Amino acid sequence: MMPELGKYAAEVLSAYAVTIALMVALLLISLRHSARTRRALRDVEAARKNRSGKGSATDG
Amino acid sequence: MSERLPKPTSLWEYANPRRFMALSGFLLPFVAVGTAVALLIGLTWGFFFTPDDYRQGSTVKIIYIHVPSAMVAINAWMMMLVASLIWLIRRHHVSALAAKAAAPVGATMTLIALATGAIWGQPMWGTWWAWDPRLTSFLVLFLFYLGYMALWAAIDNDDTAAELTSVLCIVGSVFAVLSRYALAFWNQGLHQGASVLRAGAVTGDTEERVSNIFAVPLFISMAGFVGFFILLLLVRTRTEVRARRMKALQARERMS
Amino acid sequence: MALLKRDLALSVRAGGGFGLALAFFLIVVTLTPFAVGPNSATLATIAAGILWLGALLSCLLSLDRILALDFEDGSLELLATAPIPLEGVATLKAFAHWLTTGLPLTLAAPLLGVLLHLPAEGFFWLTLSLAIGTPALSVIGTFGAALTVGLKRGGLLLSLIVLPLYVPTLIFGAEVARRGTQGMPADTPLALLAGITLATVALLPFASAAAIRINLR
Repeated sequence: MMPELGKYAAEVLSAYAVTIALMVALLLISLRHSARTRRALRDVEAARKNRSGKGSATDG
Repeated sequence: MSERLPKPTSLWEYANPRRFMALSGFLLPFVAVGTAVALLIGLTWGFFFTPDDYRQGSTVKIIYIHVPSAMVAINAWMMMLVASLIWLIRRHHVSALAAKAAAPVGATMTLIALATGAIWGQPMWGTWWAWDPRLTSFLVLFLFYLGYMALWAAIDNDDTAAELTSVLCIVGSVFAVLSRYALAFWNQGLHQGASVLRAGAVTGDTEERVSNIFAVPLFISMAGFVGFFILLLLVRTRTEVRARRMKALQARERMS
Repeated sequence: MALLKRDLALSVRAGGGFGLALAFFLIVVTLTPFAVGPNSATLATIAAGILWLGALLSCLLSLDRILALDFEDGSLELLATAPIPLEGVATLKAFAHWLTTGLPLTLAAPLLGVLLHLPAEGFFWLTLSLAIGTPALSVIGTFGAALTVGLKRGGLLLSLIVLPLYVPTLIFGAEVARRGTQGMPADTPLALLAGITLATVALLPFASAAAIRINLR
C-alpha cells in the first residue's frame, strides 16, 4: 500500500503529517467552540423563555 | 428554523444574521461532504498514485499540500479585505464576523505553507529557509494575520473591534502588497515563479511547467483546500453569530 | 500651531519619548558589538542596517505616547470637536512625534555610526535615508497608536501591529544606506523610499482619524 518514497520519505511524510495535524487541530478547535457556543446560547434562550413565557427562540 | 422567512429579493439579504444562519445551516453538510471527498481524492491520488519527478524525486508530492495551502492563505486575506469593506460600507454584521472567523484559518494555512515549504526546501535547495521574496512575504503575511487577530482579541466592545480591525485590514492590505514589491526588489529568489496557473502551465511546454499527471490531483486538492476554508468559515461565522446573539440577549436581560 | 507647540512641550517635559528614544538608540548600538564581536570589518558591513533597525525600534518606543495622554485627560475629544479636522490633528501629532523622535535619531545616527565603524561613504546616505524615511515611521506609528488608543495595555499590541507595516520602509531605507555604503548607486531605492513617505503622509492620516473617531464613539 505504501508508495516507494525513496530517500525523501522522511520529508514527504513529515510534510503531510504537519499539514494534517494542523488542519485537524483547527477543525477540532472550531467545532468545539461551535458546540460550546451553541449550548450556551440554548441555555440563555431557554432561561429567557421560562422567565417571560412569550419570548420565542428563533434559531440556534 | 421554526418560522418561514419571505423569499429573498437580493443577495444582500443573506447578510441578515437570521437568513445567514438558515442558509449556512442548509449548506454546511454539502460543503462538509464535498470538502471531505475532494481532500480525500486529491491527497490520496497525490500521495499514492503519482509518479516521482525525475529531478525532485518523491518530494514533488509535497506540492499537493504546499500550493493549495499557499493559495488559500492569500485568498483568505483577500476575503477578509472584501468582508471588511462590505462591513464599513454596508454595515452588515455577518460580514465583520466572517472576517474575524477567517483570520485563524488563513493564519493556519500560512503556517502550513511555510512549514511544508521549509520541509521541501531542505532537500531541494539544501536549506530550510532562505530570505527569498516569496518565502519572506509569507512570513510577513503571517505577521499581519497575528496583528489582526491580536487586535480583535484585545478590544472588548465588538462593534469597535469590528470597525478597527476593518481599518487595519484595509491599511494592512496596502502594506502587504507594498512589502511584496519591496521584497522582490530587495532580493532575487530561489523560489520558482507561480507555475501552476500560468497560461502555459498545464498545456504549454515551458521549462517549469507542472505537467498533467501532477496537475489533475493538484486541482482536486486545491478544491479540497478551498472547501476546507469555506467549511471552517461557515462553522466559525455561525459560532460568532451565536456568540453575538448571546451577548445581545444577556445585555437585554440586564437592562430589564 | 498651538497644538504642535503643546505636543512638543509635553513630550520634552513629562518624561516623554524625547530623551528616551535617543538613549535606547545608544544602548542598541552599544550592545551590538557585544552580540556580534568587536571585529571592525564585521561591524562595518552591518553598521548601516543596525543603525536603521535601531532607529526603527527607538521610534517604536514612544509611539503609545502620541495619543494616550490626550485620550486619558479627555483633550482628544475636545480636539475631535475642534474646528481643525481630525485628519489635520493626526498629521500634526505625527509631525510632533517626528520632531521629537525621528529628527534627533537622524542627527544622532552619524555619531553612532562612528562607533560601529560605518565606512566614510555611508554617512551621507545613512543620514539622508533616515531623514527621508523616519517621517513615514512616525505617520505609520500614529496610525497604530490611533487603533490601540482605547486599550489599557496597548503597548505590546501596538508593536505587533506596527512592525509589519514598517517592512517596506525598512527595506528601502536600509537598502539606500547599504548601497550607499558600498559605493553603489542608490537613487532607485531612494526614490521608492521617498514615494512611500509621501504616500503615507498623504493618505494614512485619514485612516488614523477614522480610527480615532471609532475609538471616541
